Amino acid sequence: MDMGSISPELLLASLMVAATPILLAALGELVVERAGVLNLGVEGMMITGAICGFAVAVNSGSPAFGFAAAAGGGAVLALLFALLTQVALANQVASGLALTLFGLGLSSLLGQGYVGIKPPPVAKLDIPLLGDIPFLGRVLFSHDLMVYLGLALVALIWWMLKYSRAGLILRAVGENHDAAHALGYKVVRIRVAAILFGGACAGLGGAYISLIRVPQWTEGMTAGAGWIALALVVFASWKAGRVLLGAWLFGGVTVLQLNLQAASVQFPLSTFGWMFFGAPLIYLIRRKLQRSRVSWRAITAVTAISATGLGYALVMRGALAPFKVEYLSMSPYLITILVLVIMAGDKSRAPASLGRIFHASQ
Amino acid sequence: MLKLEKRPQPSRLWTWVTPLLAVVITMVAGGALFAALGKDPVEAIATIFWQPLFGEFAFYYRPQLLIKGAPLILIAIGLSLGFRAGIWNIGAEGQYIVGALTGAGVGLAFYPTESVLIFPLMVLAGALGGWVWAMIPAVLKLRFGTNEILVSLMLVYVAEQLLAAMALGPMKNPEGMGFPGSRNLRQYESAHNAELITGTGMHWGVVAAFIAVIFAYVLLTRHSLGYHIRLTGQAPRAARFAGVRPARLVLVCLGTAGALAGLAGMFEVSGPAGQVSIDFNVGYGFTAIIVAFLGRLHPLGILLAGLLMALTYIGGEIAQSNMGLPAAAIQLFQGMLLFFLLAVDVLTNYRIRFMSREAV
Repeated sequence: MDMGSISPELLLASLMVAATPILLAALGELVVERAGVLNLGVEGMMITGAICGFAVAVNSGSPAFGFAAAAGGGAVLALLFALLTQVALANQVASGLALTLFGLGLSSLLGQGYVGIKPPPVAKLDIPLLGDIPFLGRVLFSHDLMVYLGLALVALIWWMLKYSRAGLILRAVGENHDAAHALGYKVVRIRVAAILFGGACAGLGGAYISLIRVPQWTEGMTAGAGWIALALVVFASWKAGRVLLGAWLFGGVTVLQLNLQAASVQFPLSTFGWMFFGAPLIYLIRRKLQRSRVSWRAITAVTAISATGLGYALVMRGALAPFKVEYLSMSPYLITILVLVIMAGDKSRAPASLGRIFHASQ
Repeated sequence: MLKLEKRPQPSRLWTWVTPLLAVVITMVAGGALFAALGKDPVEAIATIFWQPLFGEFAFYYRPQLLIKGAPLILIAIGLSLGFRAGIWNIGAEGQYIVGALTGAGVGLAFYPTESVLIFPLMVLAGALGGWVWAMIPAVLKLRFGTNEILVSLMLVYVAEQLLAAMALGPMKNPEGMGFPGSRNLRQYESAHNAELITGTGMHWGVVAAFIAVIFAYVLLTRHSLGYHIRLTGQAPRAARFAGVRPARLVLVCLGTAGALAGLAGMFEVSGPAGQVSIDFNVGYGFTAIIVAFLGRLHPLGILLAGLLMALTYIGGEIAQSNMGLPAAAIQLFQGMLLFFLLAVDVLTNYRIRFMSREAV
């Protein structure tokens, strides 16, 4: 594969940028889920944030106002979700879907006059000394403020959940809302606050896409980033630090596939073979590590698939095919599914009251 | 002070009143929205809900009701089975696309052979395509415990890319002067899902939708499988003790939903849409979620809700051309409907009591 045209320095630097929107949204959702609420409306809040931020930034000329408006827009939408699920006690899955459908419609309505406009540019922080370090300077220290806000938020949420009293209460509400209620905590109020925070974060993430990452407004431009953020929370086993790792992974995949699209590199067909060779083996090793019994039938199947994959890889050795843009564009979604499959076993970390309706009288 | 008191069981009356109430509230809120956009709210609402049925050009729009309603009903019927059992397939849009691709693929493969067998084969292929696409989240859920919501949704985006790849690549019309999109199946007799009775909009997809409604009704009220589905949704633990196999339910519910969505896509691509093109899917798979809830996950309710939703599509188009109402406003209108429905649903499960504040 001809990768010569892709510079690792630029790749890593743009990875940080590509990871930021899903990082912000996923951090917000992490807090919401730790409070025991499953808000599937992240995509809707993100795209609403994207257009609110874009419109305000264009009209005021200030990206800072834009981001503030995005957080506000996301939070307003989240408030609707909070009303539905915490006051009207509606099903959280259905309400989250409703929020996404609503947000998609709202954003395309609000964004009608903004297609094809350029937003005001966001200044990059050029940190004087650190930014001049040869490799790391470009990668780590020459970004806009939001990238650092995302990183700071990771640290803050990690610390809050682990060490602060507020975090303890939040977790108590998420793990067992009846017990938390019995202790005198205002379950509904705490959850509403968490939902609003999640909405603001998702809004910021959306605005990051429309103001910095792309930067322009197109309908449906978040393209599933909100759903990937949801998957990220599962992947991260509801831990802030792992959300960061996951966001970088997805940022990396996104950037890599965009670069491959631009570079129109040739794709060795044997890769498929290696994938089929490797994946079953990884599965088998994972099962072994979990000390679960693996039946002979499974071992036979794994061996057969692996052998076929290996055979294919060897036969196709050296055969090249051009990457098709459409297939490359699938990769972030396919990777998400793959990650969900690998991480799905670790459900034990999920907040115990996640998605359950709380009604004080019961 | 207002207080919610849980009803011992959901109110039967409110179960059927709330959807109507939600529609009325949506009309009011939608009217306010249209007024905010600078349009006459009464005229806008009348255009959306009255014109297609009883207006001057109703003879043209009424058939559209069936054409737009059929895919919504087909998909929503499939979704409702899963939703009842707490299996959340929200990737119907992807299954719809893949069903259209496999169905159209079979048709295009036979071009230009004429035979009565081609269309039935396409129907089978469409159902199979949707089924396979829905089996991915089902099998991953059963084998690895992945969340079917996220997987089925991710597959929508994958399917959209697949659609683009097909429209630009293998399925592109060789005589299409380089334009993206496949041959037009409407000009290919054997593969054309034609109107069965001219001027009614009745095509095979509509027939399939009606059959699906009856089938689902019988399944849910008369068959043990339907009983298991309802039981699992209402009391998962009790269902497990009663010997319901959750794995089988996941396979059946997701599989049925996928096959029906695939069918809907296949009927659409071979009839009203005519060809595989990049912008073939218009979000029926997502709107069907609203239809399923609005219809109370009940086959007959879904039939009515599907027709109502089709009405908003058609009326929205009329309002778009006559009044300059933006297309997005209709999308938002449909989104609001689900919102209000979920909000007023509290009346079904809870009683609202007015009482003086007391020590808790």
